[in-house]
Amino acid sequence: MSEKTTAAQAESSARQRGGDGALTREMFRKLAKRPSAEAIAGESVPLWRDAMRRLVRNRLAMSGLAFLALLSAMAVIGPVISPHDYYTNNLDMTNQPPSAEYWFGTDHLGRDLFSRVWMGARISLTVGLAAAFIDLIIGVVYGGIMGYAGGRLDEAMNKISEILYSIPYLLVVILLLVVMEPSMWTIIAALCVTGWINMSWIVRGQILQLKTQEYVLAARSMGAGPMRILFRHLIPNSLGPIIVTLTLSVPSAIFAEAFLSFLGLGVQSPAASWGTMINDSLASWSLYPWQLLIPAALLSLTMLAFNVFGDGLRDAFDPKLKK
Amino acid sequence: MRKSWVVTLSLILALASVLAACGSGKEGGSSAKNQVFSMNLTSEPPTLDPALAQDSVSFTVLTGLYEGLTRKDENGKVLPGIAESWDISDDQLTYTFHLRKDAKWSNGDPVTAHDFEYAWKRVLDPDLNPASPYAYQLYYIKNAENYNIKANNPNHISDPAQVGVKALDDYTLQVRLEHPTPYFLSITSFWTTFPVHSSAKDNEAWAAEAKTIVSNGPFKIATWKHGNEIELVPNENYYAKDEIKLSKVRFVMVANASTELQMFQTGQLNYAGFPTGEIPVEQIGKLKETNKDELRIKPIASTYYYNFNNTKSPFDNVNIRKAFALAVDRQQLVDKVTKGGQEPAYGFVPPSIMGAQKTYREEYPDRDFMSPSAEAAKAALAKGLQEKGLAKLPPVTLTINENTGHKQVAEALADMWRKTLGVEVKIETQEWKVFLKNRTSLNYDISRAGWSADYNDPMTFIDMMTSASGNNDIGFKNAEYDKLVKEAYATVDQKKRMELMHRAEKILIGDNMAILPLYYYTGVHLVKSNLKNIVMDYQGMVDYTRAYLE
Amino acid sequence: MTRYWIGKIVSVAVSLFVLATATFFLMKAIPGDPFTQEKAVPEEIRQKLLAYYGLDKPVWQQYLAYLNNLLHFDLGMSMKSNYQTVAGIISDSFGYSFRLGVVAIAVSIIVGVAVGILAAMHHRKLIDSVSMVLAVLGVSVPNFVLASLMQYVFGYKLRWLQVAGLNGPLDYVMPVIALSALPIAYIARLTRSSMLEALSAEYIKTARAKGLSKRAIVLRHAVRNGILPVVTYAGPMAANIVTGSVIVEQIFGIPGLGQYFVASVSNRDYTLIMGITLFYAIVLMAARLITDIVYGLVDPRIRLRSGKGAAS
Repeated sequence: MSEKTTAAQAESSARQRGGDGALTREMFRKLAKRPSAEAIAGESVPLWRDAMRRLVRNRLAMSGLAFLALLSAMAVIGPVISPHDYYTNNLDMTNQPPSAEYWFGTDHLGRDLFSRVWMGARISLTVGLAAAFIDLIIGVVYGGIMGYAGGRLDEAMNKISEILYSIPYLLVVILLLVVMEPSMWTIIAALCVTGWINMSWIVRGQILQLKTQEYVLAARSMGAGPMRILFRHLIPNSLGPIIVTLTLSVPSAIFAEAFLSFLGLGVQSPAASWGTMINDSLASWSLYPWQLLIPAALLSLTMLAFNVFGDGLRDAFDPKLKK
Repeated sequence: MRKSWVVTLSLILALASVLAACGSGKEGGSSAKNQVFSMNLTSEPPTLDPALAQDSVSFTVLTGLYEGLTRKDENGKVLPGIAESWDISDDQLTYTFHLRKDAKWSNGDPVTAHDFEYAWKRVLDPDLNPASPYAYQLYYIKNAENYNIKANNPNHISDPAQVGVKALDDYTLQVRLEHPTPYFLSITSFWTTFPVHSSAKDNEAWAAEAKTIVSNGPFKIATWKHGNEIELVPNENYYAKDEIKLSKVRFVMVANASTELQMFQTGQLNYAGFPTGEIPVEQIGKLKETNKDELRIKPIASTYYYNFNNTKSPFDNVNIRKAFALAVDRQQLVDKVTKGGQEPAYGFVPPSIMGAQKTYREEYPDRDFMSPSAEAAKAALAKGLQEKGLAKLPPVTLTINENTGHKQVAEALADMWRKTLGVEVKIETQEWKVFLKNRTSLNYDISRAGWSADYNDPMTFIDMMTSASGNNDIGFKNAEYDKLVKEAYATVDQKKRMELMHRAEKILIGDNMAILPLYYYTGVHLVKSNLKNIVMDYQGMVDYTRAYLE
Repeated sequence: MTRYWIGKIVSVAVSLFVLATATFFLMKAIPGDPFTQEKAVPEEIRQKLLAYYGLDKPVWQQYLAYLNNLLHFDLGMSMKSNYQTVAGIISDSFGYSFRLGVVAIAVSIIVGVAVGILAAMHHRKLIDSVSMVLAVLGVSVPNFVLASLMQYVFGYKLRWLQVAGLNGPLDYVMPVIALSALPIAYIARLTRSSMLEALSAEYIKTARAKGLSKRAIVLRHAVRNGILPVVTYAGPMAANIVTGSVIVEQIFGIPGLGQYFVASVSNRDYTLIMGITLFYAIVLMAARLITDIVYGLVDPRIRLRSGKGAAS
């Protein structure tokens, strides 16, 4: 959660994107030394090493990462250490509260919720992360090109994304279901059809704002190609909104998956994801609150962990912190 | 700093209240003095034209708006409606209805036999647009089918005068039938046979808005806010208006079962659940304790079953079908999974359907068709596998449509099959219409199905499994079965008819296990304890016309 | 300027045409039709129904017929609700979604931006951490859970509010919270993140050095720059909220456009699917256009329609 507004950041920020910020000595120096565009941003290896060092020092981010690691570990071993499997019904033990026998209680068919929650973690985490990753890649590249290119190309790409965004998602999903076998990859494919568009618009907005700044002009005048300017300057400077958007796309993918299983595209029973578990327990949560609270709490904690880790990541990689 | 927040906050509040005020209407809820009956339709009725209606939502509203020649009581017994009496000829082919002279439309016009003749011929009119989907409910009438079907029909009759329904005078309606139809009087209370006011001739869109609907029943329509609510008020021209105590009927359209239940609990509704709403399954157990006097569970004439694909391996083998049917513990299913007081089904025809003397099921118990047990199931599977020359069952998929209840039943059954037969059945959930398409084109191994009665006779179930039936989605073709159904069609003697239909049902289930019956439905609903005289009939349709609040 | 607007209108028309075409064929490619149902209608009657709605013709003819109607601004009749026009259904249900949506959008933006600014100004203090944890909860608690919990607590247990319906001003409270929880959380985080960057910029320092108060700096300078990602997000968000959320509408029994849209797809009510899709697209494009205009207002350096872009 901590943004490091250190003096260094303030300085570098002023250097790179201040309102009337002049071109700095540093840039000229580097051009003089190595007159290739490559040189403008300095060496890349120290950037990574620096970033990692900063990340490791961020205690909050590390605790987020630790939680995610624990969660992944539980997703792998959880179903194994439980005395019950996730699919066998026990109709004499339905809707039991958590106990020594059933650590997280049982569901309406008497199935062990402990096993089901960790099986659900496997599905939800895979789906959420994969969808968010694909959204990130497509969204950043598409949005970056849209914003930087401007003019007619921007107009055209913008229109394409608007049309895609307007096509009824339900129809796309039902069609996917007809042509593809239901599987995890079908789900992820369905989620990615339109999932990236929001990201691309956010990136486009950022680029539009940043590309008029002087350091971009400077970089261009020194012969940096558009791709280089985009990916070495503009996108790293848009990391804040990108990470905020990314942390949103994980839970939205997890819930979209629950919605898809309604249509028969999601995970097929008896397996369940967190989204479907939350969905299924909603009608009776006042009677059996643990059926809702356990997956919902795990989901929220996961999101919190992603967020603090994401913030740490952003702080670590923000070029403004680079010395 | 602080001041600006106050300003912002008050701006939000002001904006919210201004906008909210634009949409403010009446307050919901009801008090006993007002005599308001309120229930949830879940969705907008597609039509309020009796000729075009085909779903329980439309039917529920039409029940209040119209009255047919006859009415039904709770047990499906026929009561006089607009017709005060009727004569049936000895050959059971001609029905003469004598209409009451004091029946009036909501605009004051008298309800005459001509209105019925017009309405019925309108249903059958080959040029009615859109066509009446339930026109076949009138095919019992002489020449009705050949008049209704024009395309590719060499026997088409273009002259409506030849259709066997005729107003002899203003208050006498004569109906001639194709075949003797013992349950015909149960058809004359069916929604499709309701009369229609002749003003419908001039305005084809008459049934789409409240102000153009003229009705002859206990109520007339006051408002119809599409997708939101419908209000009925008493029809002061109704012949038995003294029997009508309600001052208003209010239908809302809320698509969420939990919301509906809470609206009932907080008094926004005084009826919830079946047939147009739903009580969440997991809440039923609790409601049995907390709302003991208000929760009602009524057996209805519908059967929940699974289709076997009789044309596709491995379910083209009768013993494998039997193995799957015998492995299901139906009592446990209804007690622990569906929980709505349903009755285990071992046959196809539900218990509330009448037979010759008693109910059909009392005369022909369904337990004669099968005796499920793990041993019998295992033995049948072994025998079936041997007959097919298989060492192991190929992968089997159970296809269901998206619905929490269907999913729970499917999961319970898959588990029973796994434990008893040792087979893994994959469950595949499909979107509703994709599912229907796959089911009709026999693109499945096992699929979910449900069937409800159109009229109070076993035939409404039995004849859907004939080779020619458009609703036979299991690929079941049995010459003897078809022959028995045909024979029953032409039989007048009720006892003999029942016997023929029972023989057919035995072929379908006892001998072939062509389908896997699971349970007979119940209509689970909540009625406020001060709301009296709400009647649910054998089909599960609710009659609120004579209800009152105490 | 006139040329600019003519160009805009032409481009919107082209987009709508492409969208209509894609949706039409997509819709026809999925199984089922308006008359597929549990109790199969006899084949002869089914044929008559198909013929009445023109569904018996080849798909390309249906497509041309639809486009022809569209050119005459005729969205046709619903195939599920007899004799109700698509335009009528949209205008009825959009009324509800719009009234609710406008309140929810206003609340989302005002509260979201306010919380974001507050958190940024009190960076790394308690108020910052608390609001950001709440924001994470807002993103990770799905609105159907939030809506159901509120309904149970305030509607059923405490009886402070009506469980369902949209009659009085109080009925707006729960749906608005359910609709705006996620946007508030997201906007707050976006605002905080870009405000922090903006606050550290040189001109802010200059302003501070000139002796301007912190509050004046924030309101006059930093917000201007910090708000841009919010503007980007707010456009499509507004389009989505105003055209109705099916989940919130179902839970609170609001007869809005979102419910109609989902029902139209499951009913295969072809004309209604097309009508709502096109309507939604128009709202979305309008919202995006406004977003672009607001970009220019917030940050005059962004010249969106300069013809040739920097890289081309």
